[in-house]
Amino acid sequence: MPDLLIELFSEEIPARMQARAAEDLKKRVTDGLVEAGLTYAGAAAFHTPRRLTLALDGLLAESPTRREERKGPRVDAPEKALEGFLRGAGVSREDLKVQDDKKGQVYVAVIETPGRPAAEIVAEVLETTIRNFPWPKSMRWGAGPLRWVRPLHSILCILTDEAGASVVPMEIEGIKTGNSTRGHRFMAPASFTVTSFDDYAAKLKRAFVVLDAQERADHIWQEATNLAFAQGLDVVEDKGLLAEVAGLVEWPVALMGEIGADFLALPPEVLQTSMKEHQKFFSVKNPKTGRIERFITVANRETADNGVTILAGNQKVLAARLSDAKFFWENDLRIAKAGMTDWLDQLENVTFHNKLGSQADRVRRIAALAGEIAPFVGADPALAEQAAKVAKADLSSEMVYEFPELQGLMGRYYAEAAGLPAEVAEACETHYQPLGPSDAVPGGAVAQAVALADKLDTLTGFWAIDEKPTGSKDPFALRRAALGVIRILLESQARMALEPQFGAQLVRHEIKQADGAAAAELAALEDLVEEIAKHGVFGAALRTVMDRLNGEAPLLDTLKARVPDAAADLLSFFHDRLKVHLRDQGLRHDVIDACLAMPGNDDLVGLVKRAEALGAFLATEDGVNLVQGFKRANNILTQAEEKDGVSYEFGADVKFAETDEEKALFAALDGAKGKIDAAVAAEDFEGAMQVMADLRAPIDGFFEAVQVNSDNQVVRRNRLNLLSTIRSTVLAVADLTRIEG
Amino acid sequence: MVASSDKPRSFQEIILRLQGYWASKGCAIMQPYDMEVGAGTFHPATTLRSLGSRSWAAAYVQPSRRPTDGRYGENPNRLQHYYQYQVLIKPSPPDLQDLYLGSLEAIGIDMEMHDIRFVEDDWESPTLGAWGLGWEVWCDGMEVSQFTYFQQVGGHDCHPVSGELTYGLERLAMYVLGIDHVMDMPFNDPQAPIALKYGDVFRQTEQEYSRWNFDVANTEMLLKHFEEAEAECEAILSQEYDDPKTGKRIVMAHPAYDQCIKASHLFNLLDARGVISVTERQAYIGRVRALAKKCADAFVQTEAGGWTPEGTAA
Repeated sequence: MPDLLIELFSEEIPARMQARAAEDLKKRVTDGLVEAGLTYAGAAAFHTPRRLTLALDGLLAESPTRREERKGPRVDAPEKALEGFLRGAGVSREDLKVQDDKKGQVYVAVIETPGRPAAEIVAEVLETTIRNFPWPKSMRWGAGPLRWVRPLHSILCILTDEAGASVVPMEIEGIKTGNSTRGHRFMAPASFTVTSFDDYAAKLKRAFVVLDAQERADHIWQEATNLAFAQGLDVVEDKGLLAEVAGLVEWPVALMGEIGADFLALPPEVLQTSMKEHQKFFSVKNPKTGRIERFITVANRETADNGVTILAGNQKVLAARLSDAKFFWENDLRIAKAGMTDWLDQLENVTFHNKLGSQADRVRRIAALAGEIAPFVGADPALAEQAAKVAKADLSSEMVYEFPELQGLMGRYYAEAAGLPAEVAEACETHYQPLGPSDAVPGGAVAQAVALADKLDTLTGFWAIDEKPTGSKDPFALRRAALGVIRILLESQARMALEPQFGAQLVRHEIKQADGAAAAELAALEDLVEEIAKHGVFGAALRTVMDRLNGEAPLLDTLKARVPDAAADLLSFFHDRLKVHLRDQGLRHDVIDACLAMPGNDDLVGLVKRAEALGAFLATEDGVNLVQGFKRANNILTQAEEKDGVSYEFGADVKFAETDEEKALFAALDGAKGKIDAAVAAEDFEGAMQVMADLRAPIDGFFEAVQVNSDNQVVRRNRLNLLSTIRSTVLAVADLTRIEG
Repeated sequence: MVASSDKPRSFQEIILRLQGYWASKGCAIMQPYDMEVGAGTFHPATTLRSLGSRSWAAAYVQPSRRPTDGRYGENPNRLQHYYQYQVLIKPSPPDLQDLYLGSLEAIGIDMEMHDIRFVEDDWESPTLGAWGLGWEVWCDGMEVSQFTYFQQVGGHDCHPVSGELTYGLERLAMYVLGIDHVMDMPFNDPQAPIALKYGDVFRQTEQEYSRWNFDVANTEMLLKHFEEAEAECEAILSQEYDDPKTGKRIVMAHPAYDQCIKASHLFNLLDARGVISVTERQAYIGRVRALAKKCADAFVQTEAGGWTPEGTAA
């Protein structure tokens, strides 16, 4: 059985696309071959900057002959039907057999598709693969129509068996397949022929090409750590960078160079980012000092001077880069030490979003909210406000302009340089967190207050201008922001009702939107924000301010519905995110729904406490049975209420009780509501669940012994009223009608 | 052609060797465009000639201005006025990478001693409505050129595709000559009777333009000029193709494009003066792009742009 070797040789393929492309080549070619009946024993794909390679072994020499029997019309069917069948099956009448069938005797066509040689199939599959290759971005070149990631130069495609190797003939836009390739661009540019995969890999290595990317990466890491070790240093691990560098070279040679003494005082993150982003250098750390003192660059060739010229060039480029970084750092430190006022002023000119104003507007809003939120997370309001005011200052710094990924981190350095309290510096760095589901939430209380205010300002802002996420579109990462708020609140166990915060911040956005409105109206809006802080409820705050103004506030009037609607919608967005978050933690969605229906559902910590207690209760036998009993009571009651057109809510009286079970239920329910209310008010949800658990046996006993729909109307009404007591008692814990099953 | 075995000794020698090399490879050696532009790409020999079906091969030096990069002549690498060397060949020849590497050898870079790399870098010009795929070329970790296969210009798909090479001449020359500060670079031969350094030629102008660009340029006037250039560009393009005076078909793509270039440079000046906010920025870029697209639409209606009297592009 022959082996197949394919190599697509092109101009330099972007490093980040190579691995995926090699896999796509393997998948598309093997899928195509198998579909045509050509199976194989093994497949391996490889990639270098200039080539994608696929090696298959144990391929069938030709596809097997396929035999298919197709049933036709009955022998006595009209001639027309038979003709149609023959045409469709592509056979002539002599090829037909006659077979017995349920319907009588029918014609059967035997269609035989002869096998085809592997070369023919490979050529077709390869052409289709090349023409439809799923590059993330592809291009045309010259005057031809072919698309590839960069110009495609040659195609090697051979089948090898005992008799030797033969080229699979194929041509695509003037590129003919052959049995030759080239080595390293500079060290061995001549063309050479190959006869098999082993021959190919060996000749490539002699021509200074390491075919396997993992082998290149291992080699780089080995050389790099050896170079560092010899000097008592450690290479800073960076798997992404290693994979990228392995995709930039065919013949890796690691070289270690010095970072000029002038630059060693730069923050290590700056050194590392500058070297990685601009130069693709690895950082080398001195374990004794913890500082980054050297770098490793990976060249794509050997030279007569053992890389001395190459290293000198790289060192010079790095020095130029780092002098820029040092210049930025020193300028930034000067501004930081002067109190960052220049940066804060510049934020006035930076648009955050054209409808939501500048970064400075945003900072003012966040600072106000952070001060209000601070007590809920146990932070000092003044510190939280101070931190929020400087948390975005580093966005104006030169360093962050150059390296946006250092935002926050530079903020911490600059806050420290400005002599600000440690909590403020920490908030500058961590208030962006959590950046994803696996990222940590900020640790300090001040940082938490700023992080919450930052995220809530973003969310309320986009709700205020009605740019909410839709489907897969979430350009401002609002889902991430909401999940961040949820995680900070839950992990810090902060008891904070969200709606008043939504209300206050929505009104702050309205103030921005109302830019240009009369001063009195803007003042009324400011008043409103203060009233919300006092009342905690938007509606009451609005009424207070409206009363004060004797109704002379058309602008406020427009907010009457808009703010509560936006707040309610935002809260339900939070509830959706919370459900996803809790489901990932193993809490059933119906349990969460049952608790969401209860009052106080904008205090997420309380909500989760209740849901967890309910979840645990429902996992017990008592819980399962109580839900059954509740549902039975609720169903009977609902049907009766519909039928009678009245609601049974009051007046269940034990004096009309006839049976012991009925009396027992009266006794059990007596005081249960009071206990549940007390437990819920004290947030003793386990206690509330225990009260419900105690109801289970009397309820079960009642349903076993008692027929609710008695002929005696007085008894019937009394029993329905009793069921109603069950319902109202249990619903004080959670809305069990939402529990499934 | 200048012998390439020995190292060049001055900035101008590097330029002359590039001119000689690309002339020997068949390019028309053109002269700089006589207007202020931000990059060699803006020269109509690139922007417009990359459009349409006709073959083209040109190379030239283009003085380029980036007002925001001014550093009063003090920064070792940054200048508000610098030189780019630009090569455009359409259709891109199959051996363009080798031709390019030959040009590095021509200016004295020994391929046996240096590490040359093609690192992914997709090129996009929002103001020109243009993009392409290619690389930045690294020599020992330093970017020495941009190498791009144009896919779209002025909103038009490029058929055939042009290969474009852009060399940042000062940076490249500093590297080849081993100079650390651009102002110290020999401009002409250091052995010449009157030896001039880059600083002798440009330090003073860097100071003068830095001051003007950042603090003095009259922004109201610049804004007015921007709007005038925009209006004139539109007005030119709104003319009938057939000239009533000569009776000939004369599509005025180039005069219109001049106004587009002007608008683009005026925008850069306004940007340097810090009077354009982030949101306005996008709007201005969009306005220049709209002009560039209309100019491209007009150019493909000219003979140089592939239009033929038979009515269809050849």
